Amino acid sequence: MKQFETVIGLEVHVELATKTKIFCACSTEFGGEPNSHTCPVCTGMPGSLPVLNKQVVEYAIAVGLATNCKITQNCKFDRKNYFYPDNPQNYQISQLYLPICRDGGIEIETEEGGKKVIGIHEIHMEEDAGKLVHDEWGESSLVDFNRSGVPLIEIVSEPDMRSADEVIAYLEKLRLIIQYLGASDCKLQEGSMRADVNLSIREAGSEEFGTRTEMKNLNSFKAIRRAIEGEKERQIDLIEAGKEVIQETRRWDDAKESSYAMRSKEDAQDYRYFPEPDLVPVIISDEWLEEIRQRQPELRAEKLERYKKEFNIPEYDAGIITSNKKLADIFEETTAICNNPKKVSNWLMVETMRLLKEHDMEPEQITFAPENLAKLIQLTDARAINSTVAKEVFEKVFRDNIDPEKYVEENGLKTVSDDGALRSTIEKIVEENPQSVEDYKNGKKKAIGFLVGQTMKAMQGKADPGMVNQILTELLQ
Amino acid sequence: MSLMSLTAVELGKKIKAKEVSAVEAAQAALDAIEKKEATVNSFVTVDKEKALSRAREVQAGIESGIYTNPLAGVPVAIKDNMCTDGMLTTCSSKILGNFVPNYTSEAVLNLVKAGAVILGKTNMDEFAMGSTTETSAFGATKNPWNPEHVPGGSSGGSCAAVAAEECSYALGSDTGGSIRQPSSFCGVTGIKPTYGSVSRYGLIAYGSSLDQIGPVAKDVTDCATILEVIASYDKKDSTSVERKEYDFTSALQDDVKGLKIGIPKDYFGEGLDTEVKDAVLAAAKELEKKGAVVEEFDLSLVEYAIPAYYVIACAEASSNLARFDGVKYGYRTEDFNGLHNMYKKTRSEGFGTEVKRRIMLGSFVLSSGYYDAYYLKALRTKALIKQAFDKAFEKYDVILGPAAPTTAPRIGESLSDPIKMYLGDIYTISVNLAGLPGISLPCGLDAKGLPIGLQLIGNCFEEKKIIRAAYAFEQTREFVHSPLSE
Repeated sequence: MKQFETVIGLEVHVELATKTKIFCACSTEFGGEPNSHTCPVCTGMPGSLPVLNKQVVEYAIAVGLATNCKITQNCKFDRKNYFYPDNPQNYQISQLYLPICRDGGIEIETEEGGKKVIGIHEIHMEEDAGKLVHDEWGESSLVDFNRSGVPLIEIVSEPDMRSADEVIAYLEKLRLIIQYLGASDCKLQEGSMRADVNLSIREAGSEEFGTRTEMKNLNSFKAIRRAIEGEKERQIDLIEAGKEVIQETRRWDDAKESSYAMRSKEDAQDYRYFPEPDLVPVIISDEWLEEIRQRQPELRAEKLERYKKEFNIPEYDAGIITSNKKLADIFEETTAICNNPKKVSNWLMVETMRLLKEHDMEPEQITFAPENLAKLIQLTDARAINSTVAKEVFEKVFRDNIDPEKYVEENGLKTVSDDGALRSTIEKIVEENPQSVEDYKNGKKKAIGFLVGQTMKAMQGKADPGMVNQILTELLQ
Repeated sequence: MSLMSLTAVELGKKIKAKEVSAVEAAQAALDAIEKKEATVNSFVTVDKEKALSRAREVQAGIESGIYTNPLAGVPVAIKDNMCTDGMLTTCSSKILGNFVPNYTSEAVLNLVKAGAVILGKTNMDEFAMGSTTETSAFGATKNPWNPEHVPGGSSGGSCAAVAAEECSYALGSDTGGSIRQPSSFCGVTGIKPTYGSVSRYGLIAYGSSLDQIGPVAKDVTDCATILEVIASYDKKDSTSVERKEYDFTSALQDDVKGLKIGIPKDYFGEGLDTEVKDAVLAAAKELEKKGAVVEEFDLSLVEYAIPAYYVIACAEASSNLARFDGVKYGYRTEDFNGLHNMYKKTRSEGFGTEVKRRIMLGSFVLSSGYYDAYYLKALRTKALIKQAFDKAFEKYDVILGPAAPTTAPRIGESLSDPIKMYLGDIYTISVNLAGLPGISLPCGLDAKGLPIGLQLIGNCFEEKKIIRAAYAFEQTREFVHSPLSE
């Protein structure tokens, strides 16, 4: 039995979080009425001309710097020519000859706990295409150009990955960096991050690369993992059967857990790239580069260290919270309001994590406002609600982003700490349970637990357990 | 004397002085069009109603002081490759035969702001590809000096309309000589400005790195005045250049004392018609008499300009014209079977022969394996040509030569021999490759009674020098109206 090694490289497209498109002032907002975010430029009207959005360049540079790339200070755009109806000019403005970033890499942690650098060949800027909508009733297709001209960067890795685990680790690291930079939300499901997998296999120990295929349509980490496993097996089967792997582009069907060939190298298009004559070269001065470098936000490693020092939270917790930009943002914003990092961290680590898991959600999908978590923490700090009620209220906060103060008020969940009201309830309980009182007096101290429980029940859980204990002990003397 | 025989500036003065109204001027132009179009065919679209209602609006604006530009109320014709909101813009192609843009090109907008009255859109070689205005899908334009001859191209409609006095002035575009050569053939004056001076926003691209809009008119004064209006820094055009000044009319001075004029020997070799040569050299003599220092020199690389131009322009065109696919606007074939068949039939039926030839040529030179050998080499040639001009402008203020090697050929003569037609661009093309400004103005007639054009080339952003030299030369002769101007 031969041993095979998988060789994987990724092409990752990331939609940048600019407010306007890469070459015009149209909004990049997702989900508008078809063709409502369009103008002569992004619909390819005759005579229209592109004007580069400076923010796109800044984001691309920021990602390049954070992934240890060299920045091409004199970079250019090129036209990639191909006909397709979602591409209004029938060419895409992209970068081939002088991409903005080159020769970088990021470090990932391998399954064995070691560290490994995955090289980044280049990062280039380009425009997204529109979307085809197939008419359910007629034989025609419709084109929505809202997405046409939305800025993308394509991050091309070196063929440095050897397993699905390494691919996922690389993608997670990349996503985290980009999210931290605020350059994109990197949502795979919504397509703001898309990965194409280039995969080949070779006999273990071989220096030569095998023939590779490119896999498209991978919309989740799960799909990526399954596609890698599937393609690896398909290629090994071919080779073991004495057949050849054909260089081709394949489309992954996640429902069927299999892929099919879209086009082979033979019918690969000649894109006839040439420098975009409607744009001038992008000159990135040392000053501009330095300005962007200075503005780079705190990335994960620095944040983790700061959390440990500044907030004195355990390494493990800090690790989990900083592993996701959204969690880190919630943590910092909530802490800023309630000034109780320990408690904020606890709510995130325990209840938030539990609910995320329960609802099969990603942290990005969290909708509650940090103010509401802060209010909840303040309510517990003030002993206005007890921990059982707090958990219940948090579920509401998590689900519907409710205002805990209002909710507690409206639903009468406030802990009854009014001595009189509590005392009269306890007096009633004591009266109704002479047996327990006697047991207690006879030395069965445990009997008090039953009385506390009865009191809490009568108070619908809103009593402060400490006070209940105190009053009871007093009455039973 | 007809209002149309006046220059644009003269007519503008009369309108300002309330001797003539903008409406009368527009009506005079429309009457002339009505009378002459059957002979000259310079227009693709004439919108009488719009022109007259616009003239009334401008007249009111002049009276209320909104419009103060010297060109306010003067009727203009626009080459049909500049987008005009709500007005058909065809590029003289079947594929855009029904295309009505929803925005106006920046250069035209600048004119509108100055109070221009647009009569309509002028005929051209399809997508500006050609030197005769015969490749138009809407029939050839005829030369007002002799309808048996071509007006030149690709701005043949604009130049013929000015020569036939169907409009007071016109806008053209020049990618390899498309303003200067037809100006020369039609006995009018045209300027191709420095690349980046007039916004290309809304100009339907042929060769993006070479295209430039410019004025066509009866004389240098008009051209300088028009250029002052249309030239602007436009953020919508990334190749637009913010110039230090946008004043051109202050150069209208009959004074060339000490001006250094270089005559490239390379422009007077084989292929140059003797009558053209004599007229151009006589013009140089006139300038010398006025105190200019005239001297011959070797420009070099002239023979490489044409191949470099056709490689670059066609490469860009093959990509620029890809958007005409029947999907979004313009012509779509009637019967088709699937997307690819629709593309193929639409483009096969929608484009003419010359356009297809250039798309194929451009696609070929950009193909993998040929890119370095053709496209990159052409770009290097372009850079060398620019260097040769840079060197020349270290010594000279202005370069003087013919605009075209011959006067206007007969209709039908050129299309049968495209290589010969391409060679006819030899004196104009390198100016586009180097991004320089050039002017063509009449300097005589040949034995057949056809106009000869003098070309003056300046360094980048030095339009004023060529305007001054052209103006000085213009003072030495009377303007000759074309026979069709009657």
